[in-house]
Formats: sequence, structure tokens, C-alpha cells
Amino acid sequence: MSENFLVEDIGNEYKYGFVDEVQPVWKAEKGLSRRVVEAISYHKEEPAWMLQFRLKALEIYQAKPVPTWGADLSGLNMDEIYFYAKPTEKRDAQSWDEVPEAIRRTYERLGIPEAERRVLAGVGAQYDSEMVYHQVREELKRQGVIFVSIEEGLKHYEDLFREYFATVVPPEDNKYAALNSAVWSGGSFVYVPKGVKVELPLQAYFRVNTAELGQFERTLIIVDEGAEVHYIEGCTAPVYTTDSFHSGVIEIVVNQGARSRYTTIQNWPHNMYNLVTQRAIVKKDAYHMWLDGNLGSKVTMKYPSSYLVEEGARSDILSIAFANTGQHQDAGGKLIFAASHTGGSIVSKSISKGSGRSSYRGLIKVYEGAKHVKVNVECDALLINEESRTDTYPYMEIEDDTATVGHEATVSRLNDEQIFYLQSRGLPEDEAAALIVRGFIEPVAKELPLEYAVELNRLIELEMEGSVG
Amino acid sequence: MANELEIRNLHARIVDGEAILKGVNLVVPKGQIHAVMGPNGAGKSTLGKVIAGDPGYEVTQGDILVDGESILELGPDERARKGLFLAFQYPVEVPGVSNANFLRLALQAKRGEEVSVQEFYAKLQKALETLEWDESILTRYLNDGFSGGEKKRNEIMHMMVLEPIYAILDETDSGLDIDALKLVAKGVNAMRGPNFGALLITHYQRILNYIVPDAVHVMIDGRIVTSGGPELAMKLEEQGYDWVKELALAN
Repeated sequence: MSENFLVEDIGNEYKYGFVDEVQPVWKAEKGLSRRVVEAISYHKEEPAWMLQFRLKALEIYQAKPVPTWGADLSGLNMDEIYFYAKPTEKRDAQSWDEVPEAIRRTYERLGIPEAERRVLAGVGAQYDSEMVYHQVREELKRQGVIFVSIEEGLKHYEDLFREYFATVVPPEDNKYAALNSAVWSGGSFVYVPKGVKVELPLQAYFRVNTAELGQFERTLIIVDEGAEVHYIEGCTAPVYTTDSFHSGVIEIVVNQGARSRYTTIQNWPHNMYNLVTQRAIVKKDAYHMWLDGNLGSKVTMKYPSSYLVEEGARSDILSIAFANTGQHQDAGGKLIFAASHTGGSIVSKSISKGSGRSSYRGLIKVYEGAKHVKVNVECDALLINEESRTDTYPYMEIEDDTATVGHEATVSRLNDEQIFYLQSRGLPEDEAAALIVRGFIEPVAKELPLEYAVELNRLIELEMEGSVG
Repeated sequence: MANELEIRNLHARIVDGEAILKGVNLVVPKGQIHAVMGPNGAGKSTLGKVIAGDPGYEVTQGDILVDGESILELGPDERARKGLFLAFQYPVEVPGVSNANFLRLALQAKRGEEVSVQEFYAKLQKALETLEWDESILTRYLNDGFSGGEKKRNEIMHMMVLEPIYAILDETDSGLDIDALKLVAKGVNAMRGPNFGALLITHYQRILNYIVPDAVHVMIDGRIVTSGGPELAMKLEEQGYDWVKELALAN
């Protein structure tokens, strides 16, 4: 079932690791400075307030220390990173024909235009620092759905943009949110009007081509009252020997009675530092789901968060992490309950293979006065090899004693009896192991759209090749 | 080519541990069903696992031949592809993996080619009908939360779908009530024919009322000490194993 992609070392045979012969039309000098921030703002022809916002964020970034409580970031050298690379003059092309051919071919190779025709409501494609393509189906446009690059959002919908931008994740939140606020480029601006249900997913696809580039997408999603949307982001890049850096900020506002879902399939190559802040504000009787799949990168620190700020708000966080040799997935989620009769869950499934390390890091906070909160946390870790590692850091701050809080954590090893049992029915050992892993993540994977579930299974099979025996 | 499963002077031990099989000799011709009986700790289940290739055991002497060909060097999956099947005494739970999806993968792995949904479904239907079972068992996760009886019945369903040439049924009867026992026997009897041989490992004579064996072997302390027809099982049921143990000592 996996005859095309059986490889021992994914780092050498990473399917998406090809490099395009594309030179940026403009690239900032290496390193981070006030001059670089001003240049980014200049290239985007921004209003003055945004430049001021960026410069203030830069100061906040510089004042904050590198966090040492999580994954090892000592290898991340900001002086060796390009903070902006503009791939082409035209942003947000509405037709693939208007995208430069070499870049378009890449997205065709990744199957994006085809998926757009078949199963998506809209696609945004970011290449290095800019969104080169953005399009959403006509009938959704007619219903008032906005799905454009964050830059076009600022340009054309400035009032709406300004009402929400940086209100969910302010620059002060953490060092990398401050960094993103200073140098953000690309990402989506999404608005779903009251009562509009976007049935097929919107997808944003992030591709980094230039070596040693930092990508700083900034996405703002507003789901108005009673509306529904599912947004998916996917990420890949070439394999370079030097490190790359991805640091996004995702802000989501889910208004009364709305439903939203944000799915990440992160499959960066193993030279990528991936430090992302994702947060949703969930209002009265609204619902938000984070589905967070971290398979790639060298280091990931990512804890999607939901703030349940009005009565009846609910949120679930489903997380899958796969850490192979050389990778540290420090992932999890945060649920903050600031209103009564709110609820939610975190389900985390991590797999560590070789000397890979996965950490579950989660926070459940129930504020005093938030009555009858119901929350459940389940984190399960599967270790494939003797040297594989997992850690669990579950933080609980429960200030109201009417809360019902459940917490379960398990650590298991790939079980020889299960392997022998499956083998005795004819499955080769590798396939037996991959099947057990797929079964392990099934409770989360079944929430994925079919195409992504198939892709995830394929990736897991690939990663499990040669893992046992 | 020999049409039989042959166990030749088989010695085996737990990896880096105690010797369990101490020279087992046994031949199951294709088309026949043989029973292996014996007291607890005789090595009956070990025999089944060693034939299936459980990596927890190592063969120190002797051979196992399928239709004249040694399978000792083959992994458990390769043995399955040669036509062997072990119905486990304790079927293993695999959460998140659906029973039917797994079975289709196993059938495809065994055949080395795609099996159409139609063909697979027809096989399932036939097995379910024989076992008087409804389809809900197919979408459940493999053995996960199954009752003891469901697990045993599921092993027989797997056997019927995978159609092995030689099946080893390791205490498939233990823990079953009489109705479940009859269904399991019905499944095994449905497999009976010139192209199917089986080794029925059991403690009790009871199942042999429903699956009449062509031969009965008695195992004591890692060896077959006596063999006979179905009447031997009756004798064991009446007299217990003491006389066989004495026989073993005398040998």
C-alpha cells in the first residue's frame, strides 16, 4: 500500500524537499533591524499606524528574553535569517495563470490547484514572504465572504481589520508574537458574514523556497454570528543544510453562535524552527475546534489556545505530533475559561520514533466566577524505539470549585504482541507497526477531511518504514 | 511434494530462557484435523506460537515443514503467506484499527495483490452467515472491548476469510459457552476439505464432539507421548492425564 514512498530516512527523501529556480524580486538584508522592519512596511505601502505598530513590536521583541522553559532554541540565530523575500511583484493573483510559471509549477506538484477544483472553497498560496495567489468561489464572494491576503485585507477593509487585528494575540503576549508583529508578511484575512456557512474548507498553503528565510504569516479570521467555516493550513519547504524559521500568528474571533475549525498539517522539513502562536476568542454559544498536526520541523513550539469568554462557548483541541530522530515537537493546547457554562477538551496523541522527542504542554485555566465549566484532557504518548522520548507538562489552574475537570495521560510502547498478532495474519512488520500507529491516532485523524486523513496515513507509513525489527 | 504440515524433532525455548519443546514429532496431512491435548504447562500453546513464528521463542533443534519446505527461516508474515494461520488463545486488542479494514489489508498482504471490495465483502458475508453474526462486528476496532467469546469467534472469522492451508487453533474452545462453542465448531467444519488441515489445541474433549478429529495426540512436558483416534480423547476425559504421564516417564 505504500510502494512508492518507502524510505528509511525521511530527511533525505522528503517528498516536498525540491528547490525551485526562483530568485526573489527583492530580499531584505540578513538579520533583524529597524531598517528591515521599515523596508517591509515600505514594500507593503502600509498606513503609518501599521509601521508604528511594527516598530513598537520590535522593541517589545528585543526586550523579551528567549524562552528557556520549552524546546532548545539556542541553535536559532536571527543574524543568519532573511526576514523578508518578495517572490514576485503581483500579490493575490486570482488566476493561476497570473502566477509566475516556476512558482505555479510548484503548487501543481503539491496538488493545490487540483484540490481547489475538487474539494476546497478557496485557496491562498504563500510563497516565501507573500501570498502569490488567493481565490475563493464566486458564490461565496456574492454572500460577502472575504478571503484575501492579510495585506489586501488591510488595504481594502481597513476598519474591520483594525477593529480586530492584534486584539486576540497582542505583541506583548510572547517574544515570537512580538517578532511576528514587527515583521509579519503574508497570511490570510478571512471574514465570514453573519449566518453564512462555508461548507467546503478554505485552505492556505505555505511554501518557503529561499534558504535561510524566516516566514512570518499573520492570519486574522472573523467568523460572524451564526456563521461557519473550516480553514486549513499546510506547510512544506525544501531541505537545506542551514536552518529556516517559521513564526506565525493566527487570530480567530468566533462570534455568537458561530462554528469554526482550524486545521494545521505542518510538514516542514527537519531544518525548520516552527514557533507559532494560535489563538481563538470564542463567544456566546459559539464553538471552535483546533486540529493540530505536527509532523515536520526540527523544533516546534505550538499550543493552540481558545479563550471561552461568554456563556455557552465550547472548544476542542485535537493534537497529533510525530517526532522522528532530530525532532522535538513541543505541542499541546490551552483552554481558558472565563465564563460560566463553558466547556471543552484537549486530546493529544504523540508518537516518538528513533531519538525523537515529543512533549505535551497544556494549560487549563478556569477563572473564579466561571461556574460549571466542564473540561477533559487526554494525552497519550506512543514510543516506538528504546531511545524515543516523551514528556508531559499539564498545567491546571482551577479557581472555581464548580468546575468538572478530567485528566488522563498514558505512555505506551509499540507492543511486540500486537505486531506478532498482525504479522501472523500476513502483514509485514513495518506495515503492522504503521497500522498500530494509525490506530493510535485514529480518534484524532477521523476528524480530518478524507484527503488529509489519507495524506496523514501515508506520511505515517513513510515515517514508520524501517522503524522496528 | 509432501502434502502435510510436519513438525520434526522440534526443540524450542523462550528466548534466553527455559526450554519448552523437547522434541515434538507430529504430522498433519492436508485434509485432516488433528487434536493436541495435554495438561497445563505441557507446551501446547508454545507449539502453536513456534509454528506461527513468535519471535519470543527460539528453535534450538528440529524443523517445521509446510508441504515439504522448511519455514524456520521465515518471519510470521511470510509463514502466513505460505498458508499458515494461528487462532490466538488470547487475541490481541488493536484500538483504532477496524476489524474489516485490517482483514482486507491482511488478505491483500497474503495474496500480494489488491482484493476488490466486492470479493472481500462476499467472503465476509459468507463467514458471518456461518458464524451467525451480524455486520456490526466489522466496523468495531480489532478485538477492542470484545468479550472473550467475541474474540474467539472473530479469530474463526479471520480464518474463514484468509483461507489458510494449515490452521492452528490454540484453545479456541476455552471460555466459550455451549452455543458459542457450536458456532466456532461450525466455522471450523465449514473449512474442512481436501485443501485444509488443522491442529486443534485443547484441554477438553468437549469441542471434539463437534469437530471430530482424524487423530488425537497427547503432549506432556514438551513431547507427544501417545497418539490415537477420537477414542483417546474420551479416555483422557474419563481417566485424566496421570496414566499418560506414567507412560511418558516409562519412555
